[in-house]
Parts: sequence; structure tokens; C-alpha cells
Amino acid sequence: MSAPAAAPAPAPARRDPFPPNWPARAAWGGLALYALYAASTLEVTWERFVYGLGNGARFIGRMLPPDFSKTELLLRGLIESLEIAVIASAVGILLAMPVGLMAARNLMPRWLSWPARGLIALCRSFHAVIVAILFVKAVGFGALAGILALVVSSIGFIAKLIAEAIEEISLKPIEAMRAAGASFGGVVAMAVVPQVLDRFVGFATYQLDSNLRNSTMVGIVGGGGIGATLFTAFQKFDYDFVLAILIAIIGVIFAGELLAGWIRDTFK
Amino acid sequence: MIRDQRRWQRFTPMQRARRAAFYLLAAAAIGQSLRAVDVIPEFLQDMPEQVADLFRRMWPLDWGYYGKAVHEALIETFHIATLGTILAIGLALPVGMLAASNLVPWRPLNLLAKLILVSSRSVNSLVWALLFVAVFGPGALAGTLAIAFRSIGFVGKLFGEALESTARGPIEALHAVGAPPASVFLKGYWPQVQPAFWSIALFRWDINIRESAVLGLVGAGGIGMALDTALTLLYWDQAAVVLLTILAVVAAAEIAVTAIRSRIL
Repeated sequence: MSAPAAAPAPAPARRDPFPPNWPARAAWGGLALYALYAASTLEVTWERFVYGLGNGARFIGRMLPPDFSKTELLLRGLIESLEIAVIASAVGILLAMPVGLMAARNLMPRWLSWPARGLIALCRSFHAVIVAILFVKAVGFGALAGILALVVSSIGFIAKLIAEAIEEISLKPIEAMRAAGASFGGVVAMAVVPQVLDRFVGFATYQLDSNLRNSTMVGIVGGGGIGATLFTAFQKFDYDFVLAILIAIIGVIFAGELLAGWIRDTFK
Repeated sequence: MIRDQRRWQRFTPMQRARRAAFYLLAAAAIGQSLRAVDVIPEFLQDMPEQVADLFRRMWPLDWGYYGKAVHEALIETFHIATLGTILAIGLALPVGMLAASNLVPWRPLNLLAKLILVSSRSVNSLVWALLFVAVFGPGALAGTLAIAFRSIGFVGKLFGEALESTARGPIEALHAVGAPPASVFLKGYWPQVQPAFWSIALFRWDINIRESAVLGLVGAGGIGMALDTALTLLYWDQAAVVLLTILAVVAAAEIAVTAIRSRIL
């Protein structure tokens, strides 16, 4: 990014077209220094890296070929993960709509929007897996804990985006509806929803996708689904089965992405 | 007099059929899931009591645990998230560039880059962490690599899309005056994607702070290790301290991101 060589002498006051940005360079330098320092705390040594590479080669060797023989176990886990994702998305989206509406500061009074925003912030602050740990304590091992954990994270994500989308809408249709004497429900249904529906479909399909990903993971802490199978396979060093599970998960997520694209097209 | 038989309809029959198909599919999926899922309703009724018990066990908080184990783990979490993000950006920039069809006008290479990005995103960070723990052993190195590999897909995808939506004008001008490829990128593309780049990097760092807090559950270092220890020993008063610490860090990260974003964007 350095500046081109100094301009020839005759032009006395020619501005450098690309002046060096010293604060930005200092920031880059600082970032590089930090990275070196942080890397040094990781205790990465060359031997460990080489050892790791050898280990990795052995690891990949044991993964191949993927072992699809435990079909029943694999399918049962996958189906439970799908069920968790579908229920959590449906319940989460349903609950997120009123919360998101309540959190929109341009439509709601302060005493309603601040508590709603607080609830959203609380739902968003913990990773789904940590929420799953708490729900496993509250409702025991199994799919229910996973569903509740994903419902919480869906509310946090979708309600926030709905609130932001509503805060950006044009207020003119709302004013017109109010002037014509529409009830609050009428204003929401006819003036707010049409303006945010497009983006809402986008968030909802994204959340379905992300719930699908996370539902394969809550099992690691006892929340049901294929995560439990995956974690057990890891602990038993069944790496060929691990690879089979990973391939199956990637396949399901890829199919989910296609489905999400189809849904978005349908509601365009 | 012939009455006009035409009626105005918002959607074409095809659109309506697709919507009906979607509603049917959604209802069937939800119904089937509700019927088949293995949930014991009695557990749900028991929930208030269990939650009350949880809070009773958490109180009073064991603040001594913070100095003993949490603080160090917290610093490690910060390093994992930040270093992982930096590493991810370093790896994702070239892949994102390869994925941008206006920068690399060769379709097979675009598709290869997109495949790399999709596989990075499909594997969850916890699963990446499991893989790297198996390869490098437990510790922060596995966590950093897990965060980095999970973030490549995210950063690369968004960066590639930002590159694809740049304006042609400045780039053609640079080509016309005979600028070498590196200069075309630095002076033509980079200024146009810079705001998007910073916003992506900050957003991902924010996410990574949250994600690196759970990596310890599978042995990949950071504050999750402290949480895991407390949970296995059923010391809920210590687990509560860890949870409050995570809450504080996440809030601090969000405030920091908002502040930096308003300054540099």
C-alpha cells in the first residue's frame, strides 16, 4: 500500500494521490503484534505441529472409508435432530413475532419496548449449547431440552431482526390506516406486515437453517438428536462412523439450504 | 350486456399452488415431528420446581472460583476468539476472492471456492473443535483452529459477495492505465469493499467470542473448560460465576463492536 515514488521535481505542490494513512498502519501493526503475542500463549511449537500433522494423517486414515453400516442408529439420530429443528423453529418463530413487535421502538411505548429488548438481549447472550445445559438440568436429558434451548436462541435472533426491520419501515401507511380509524390489529396486519414480510421470510428460513445446524449439536450436552451419537462415536474412537455422521449432517444441511431457497422463492 | 368475468387476483395459480404446497408441507412436518418426538410431558410439569432448585444451588455464588480458574480461562477465550478470527480472515480472503466471479472469471475455480466455503460452514464449531482436539490434543490450539475453520465459510462467503457487487468503473480505469493486478486489487476493489470487510470482521469476532465460550466443553480450551469442570462436579455456585462472566464478556464485546463500528464505518 506504499505511495508511489516521489513526484519529479518541477511540480512543486502536487498532492500525493495515495497518501499513507499512518493511524491505519499503526493499527495494522498493533494487530500483528497482538497476534504474535496471543500465538505465543498458545504454546505452539514446531514439534507439536509436526506431531499434530502425523496425528492428523493417522486420524484421516482411520476415518476412511466412512462406515455407514450402523444405519439405524444414524437415521434415528438424524430424524430426532430434524424433529427438534422443526418444532423449535415453529415455536421460536411464533413466539418471536410478538416479542419483535413489542421491541420496535417506533410503534410501541417505552415501557413495553425496553423489557422486550432486555428479553431479546438475554436470549441472545448465551450460546445454544449453554442454554441446552441449563434446560437439561431443568427438564432432564432428551429432545425436550434441545427444543427449548433452540426456541430460546430462535427468539433472540428473529425477534431482534424483526424489531430492526419494523423500525425501518415507512410510517405513512400506518398514519393513513390510523386516520381511517383502523384498530391496532388492523394497522399491524395491513400496514406493518406487508412492509416486513419479505425480510421476515428471509430471517425465518435462515433460522430454520441455523436450527438445523445447532440441533445436530445440542446432543453433545444431552439435548437429544444426532449430537449425542456423534459425541459417543468420538469418545469410542469410532472415527469412520464419525465421518459417516458428518457426511450425513452436511447432506441434511445442504438439503435444508435448498429447501430454504425454495421457500424464499415461493414468498418473493 | 355482457358482464366482465375477469377477477383481479394477487397471485398466479402457480404461485398459489406453491404457497399451498409450502403450508401443507410445513403443517405435515410440524405435525409429524410433534407426534414422533420423544418428549415426556411430565418432565415439563416438573420444570418450575427444577428451575427453583437450580437457582437455590447457584446461590450464594462462589466468587472465589473466579480468581482460581475463571480469570485465566477468560483471557484464553479472548485469545482464542481474536486469534481465530484473524487466522480465519487470512485464510478466507483468498478463498473469497476465488469465489467472486468478476475477479476470477473461471467457473470451476469459483465452484471449488464455494464448495470450500459451504463445507466450512456446515460443520459446526464444536464439531471442528472435536476434530482438532483429536488431532492436536486438548487445549487452546484446537479451539483457535476450530474457530478459524468455522469462520472461513462465513467471512469468505460475505467477502466474496461484497467483491461481486463492486462497481466496474474504477477497475476498468485502473486496467486502462496499465496498473498491475496487485494495484488493481488494492486501489480498485479494496476501497470499495473495505467497509463491508470491517463490518464482516467485527460481526464474526462478536460471534466468535460467544462460540469460543463453549468450545471448552469438548476440551478445546477457554472458559468452557471452567464451566465443564464446575458442571461435572455439580458445583452450580461455581457454574453460575462462569455463566455471569460469559454474560459480562458478551455484553462488553457487543459494546466494543458497536463503538468500533461507529468510529471506522
